[in-house]
Formats: sequence, C-alpha cells, structure tokens
Amino acid sequence: MSALHTEPGRDVVLAARGVSKEYTVGPRLLGTRQRVRAVDHVDLTVHARETLGVVGESGSGKSTLAAMLVGDERPTSGEIELLGRPLHHHSSRELRRARRDIQLVRQDPYTSLDPRMTIETIVREPLDCNPDLVPRGRRRAVVHELLELVGLNPDHADRYPHQFSGGQRQRVGIARALALSPRILVCDEPVSALDLSVQAQVVNLLERLGQELDLACVFIAHDISVVHHVADRIAVMYLGRIVEQADHSDLLVRARHPYTTALLAAVPDPDRGSASGREQIVLRSEIPSPLDPPSGCHFRTRCWKAEERCAEEQPLLESAPYGRGHIAACHFPLPPRD
Amino acid sequence: MIEEVMTEAVTTEPALVDVGALRVEFRTRAGWFRAVDDVGFRLSPGRTMAVLGESGSGKSATARAMLGVLPATQSRVTAGHIRVDGRDLLSLSEVERRKVRGADVAMVFQDALSALNPVLPVWFQVSEGCRRREGLSRRQARERAVDLLDQVGIPDAGLRSGDFPHQFSGGMRQRVMIAMALSGNPRVLVADEPTTALDVTIQAQILDLLHRLQEERRMSLLLITHDMGVVAQVADDVTVMYAGKVVEQGTADVVLRRPAHPYTRALMRSVPRPEQKGRQLPVIPGSPPDLGALPPGCAFRPRCPGAGHDCHRPPDLVEVGPGHLARCHLVSERGDDERAAH
Repeated sequence: MSALHTEPGRDVVLAARGVSKEYTVGPRLLGTRQRVRAVDHVDLTVHARETLGVVGESGSGKSTLAAMLVGDERPTSGEIELLGRPLHHHSSRELRRARRDIQLVRQDPYTSLDPRMTIETIVREPLDCNPDLVPRGRRRAVVHELLELVGLNPDHADRYPHQFSGGQRQRVGIARALALSPRILVCDEPVSALDLSVQAQVVNLLERLGQELDLACVFIAHDISVVHHVADRIAVMYLGRIVEQADHSDLLVRARHPYTTALLAAVPDPDRGSASGREQIVLRSEIPSPLDPPSGCHFRTRCWKAEERCAEEQPLLESAPYGRGHIAACHFPLPPRD
Repeated sequence: MIEEVMTEAVTTEPALVDVGALRVEFRTRAGWFRAVDDVGFRLSPGRTMAVLGESGSGKSATARAMLGVLPATQSRVTAGHIRVDGRDLLSLSEVERRKVRGADVAMVFQDALSALNPVLPVWFQVSEGCRRREGLSRRQARERAVDLLDQVGIPDAGLRSGDFPHQFSGGMRQRVMIAMALSGNPRVLVADEPTTALDVTIQAQILDLLHRLQEERRMSLLLITHDMGVVAQVADDVTVMYAGKVVEQGTADVVLRRPAHPYTRALMRSVPRPEQKGRQLPVIPGSPPDLGALPPGCAFRPRCPGAGHDCHRPPDLVEVGPGHLARCHLVSERGDDERAAH
C-alpha cells in the first residue's frame, strides 16, 4: 500500500519512501548493544510551494527525520528523492551539490551560530563553500540583500551574534539557509526557543519568504497550534511512525487518531472559557522508550480505545472514508466530529 | 457585574502571602540595575497566582527572592517586603530563613535535571528536608520519601525510590522535584516554569498534579510562566510583568478576556489560533528590552502601537476596574467602557 499523497499537476519537490533510521546504542564491550529505530517507515511528499507540518513530541523521531531530509543522516533503509533524484545515492560531491536545494533552519539561534564569526561571515559561508554560484566580488552584496530580505539592517553585518536578540539571531539563521537559493526549507523547531512576542514575527517572516521565494517548506515543531498556522498539510508522528496525516483543517476538526485528539486537547487554550468545545484528555503514562516500543500500535499503552487487536497487529495508514488525502493508522479511528 | 463577583472571591480570604514594593538588583559590569522594581501581589490560601512574562521581565528573580535563593554576590534585595502569614521573610536572619524555606515556602524549578543531585538516589534528596527538620532515621526517611513519590504519581515508588535522577524521564523528574518541594508541607509553593521543558501531553499531567495537590493541601501556588495557555488553564489571578515591573494585575478571567495594558493585549493576539489561519499573526515589533538600557518613561513605549507624548514619563499602576490594575497612561485616560469594546 502506498500512503503517499500526491496531487496530479503539482510538482513533487521532496519525497520520502519507507524511510527508516536505526541507531545502535549501549556499551560497545559487553555485547548488550541494542538497536533503536528512531524513524520507522516514513512516507512523505512535499509539493512545490507547499508547507508540510510535522508535529510530534520529544522522542517521536521528527529531528532525525529532518536530518535525513537535508542529507545530514543517511537512512538505514528507504529512499529520499529531492527534485526527482535520489538524495543518498550520490557521491559526497554530488550530495553537497544536491543539498543546495534543501536547507535546514535550526532550533536554537543561541548555539547554532559561531560566536566568533560576524553575521556577514556566517551568512556568506555557504557561498564561499559553493564558489561557482556567486562570483567572489558580488558575495558581499548578496549577503546584504539576504539580510534585508529577513528584516535585518545590512549596516550591522560586521556585528557578532551576541549583539543580537534571539529573534534577530533566528533571522540570521534563516538568511544563511537562504544563501544558496534553496527550493525547500526544513525548519526544525524554528520558534520554540523564542519569546512569545518574537515567535509571531519569525512565523510571519517564514510565511512571507515562502510566498516571495516560491519555497516549499517542512515545518517541524511540537506546538500543534504553530504548525497549524503555517502548514497546508500536517503529519503527526509518534515513536518514529507517522500516525496521521491530513489537510490542516481536516486534522483540526476531523482528527481520527486518538493521539492526535489528545495532542490537540493538551494545548492549553489561552481564550479561557471561550466556547472551544474541546474536551480535556489527560493521557496516562509517558511516551514509551524507543528501545522497547510496544508491539502492534505504538500508542496502545496510552490509548483509551486500545483493545487486544492493537497489541497484535500494527495498524497501517489508511484513508479516511471521505478521502482528501487524510490518512490515519488506527484500528479504531474516531468518527469525524461535525 | 462580572467583575464585582470576581473581586469578591479575591478578598473573602485574608492574604497568606503579601509581597509589596519588592526591588531586586543585579550586578553587571556597568553597575547595578533593577531586575525587579516595585513588584507587589497578594495570594490567598488555595489560590493560584500566575506571574506571566518574557525573558528579562523579572519573573524568576521575583520567585527566587521569595525563597531567598538569589545568587549572593551578584544580586541584592534593596526594598520591599515578602510577608508570609504576617511575618516578613526579608527581616529574618539566614538561620531563621532556612527554617522557613521548605516549611512555609517551597520551590519547584524549571530544569529538574540540573536542580537534582545526579549522584544521590532520589529518596535521599526527597527526604533531605524531613531528615533535617524532624530528625528522621534513615529508614523513616526512606518511607517518607516513598510516600511522597507515591503522592506525586510515580509508579512503583518503592522500587524507583533508589534510582538516580538520570534514570527518570523529564516528566517523572519533575514529579520528583514536586515531591521534594512537598516534603516540608509548605503553605506556599513557588513553581518556576515547571512545565516549560516538557511535552504538551506531559505538561497536562503535571498541571493536573499541581492542581490536585494544591486543592488537597490548600496550598497557595505562585506559578511563573511565559505561556498564556498555561495561565488560562490554571490561574485564578494573573500578574503580568515587563522589564521588572508589574504592568497588569487582576483575576485571570478579567486579564485574559479584557486585557487593559497594550502589552497584554498584544501578547493575547499573537498566540496562533485556528481562525487566524491564512493571515499574518499580529506581532509586537522589536525585542524584549535590555534592562541595562531601559528607555525613560514607560518601558514598553518603543514597542507600543499607541505610545504618545505622555509615555515619556513613567506610568503608575492604577486601578482600571474593580481589582484590576494596569500601568499605562493610555488605559488610565480611557474610560472602562471604551476598553470593554476592544
């Protein structure tokens, strides 16, 4: 069964097919090394100019997925296709070239920028590493354009990261990611380290850039309300697997997987007492260790609908009855709420 | 009408905690600056006060001042009082203060991994206060610790009490911290961003737990947070801080539904909501201020959409509705009716 959601007539710029990543952990000497499957058979497609949101809690494998999508990690199995060409079959030189088209925006602007480099050097570095893109004499001007594009003053190009606030540093990180004119941005928790009053600025910036530069985007975060705001489609991950994927509005009102509804319910509602109609679901226990995931459905140990079948048989991603690319992996999916 | 009912709830019980005119200063290379300036609030038994603020707002410094655990050489409390049950903690000697800490006021920190000792089993840390205060034997102390760990919902508390902090997940470590804070039967619990490092489903569990414990023990809870959603879920009263000062204060219903200060209003608007999909989020321009270089007058002026000439002189915290305070020239000039229209 292919769970890929493709729309005819729209270019697929990024596709992951059955992508898994396993790590080996434990002491090397005593023979107790265990394998952890951080990402388990994930299928994803991103169309041109589309934002795919990925939501998950810590341990869900979303950062490992991001690292594979941008070519930092090689999948243990499965394939990633970038602009129609396999990403990981390349030689390292070809891989470097392919990675120009897909760039990563990291979570923490405090640790991801070298404190001893000026803003100009930081944003310019990708251009220096790919010297055939922009002639040396024009690079400074390109850096200044990039800084302006992300809303920074180009006159501050010779300042150092510590002279900027958290939000401004995240803008520097975005300018650097845009230096090679990528087709796709992968943003791994781009706003979660920022103060609330600054988060909205960065979210708006990413949306504006997406439109102005025709970028596709994979937006990874734990905060489902932020993801819902920016994403066209949303994939929900739990313990390495995608458990549900849907159009942003369907996910909010027609969530089929119990985990998705619990995640939606767990976000505290700032409009206290307003008629949101959301029920309070407090999940029991915690996300199980990926070293020893539950059999069958990974979520069954915390699920209030779990029955014997959930332990025996892994639910596959299946289409919701009304289609629209909505898929969920649950033996007892919730009925759509109207 | 609504407001009358709300304020009644605030005033029926005498305040257990009374903080007033509190000023905390921190040392930098450029000299001392005020991290907390003229902060005050009252807290009744069994109620939850949320202190809401961004980085640099002084919310954590306020919490630490209540416990008397500010960094000794880098900071000092230069004015104000912190009264618990009428006794001013700031007038106590360090020896007396130590007796109060844990028994009257206890604290839960944000980052349990760095707040717990990595080389001691958790039962030892949870019961450390009881052993000192009550002179319990080792066996009694362990029994007490297991009982406390059980109360905060750690499964198999007896077995797990011998484990070390790194053997617990983030949510479970936070429960250990809460058990430790409960060991002295505190009347006031100060929780500094207790759920910030946690996943949302675990955050819901911890907030539930704090709420249950608070009701069972009739504790007062002072919850320091930057998350509007958390405030909405648990707080009875809210104090909003900006650049070391209280900018708005009142019951959660009033502050969240009819925020008066432009900062609170902008914060409420900048939370992504489903109905804003496809639109730009309303933003607050600029960044949280640098406490070493505050603008004269209102600290929010450079980021405020409505700032005018008046805002160059410092505004006072004034009553804008029954039990509802705000520090803003714009609000105090306007009638309450106009504000309600927003």
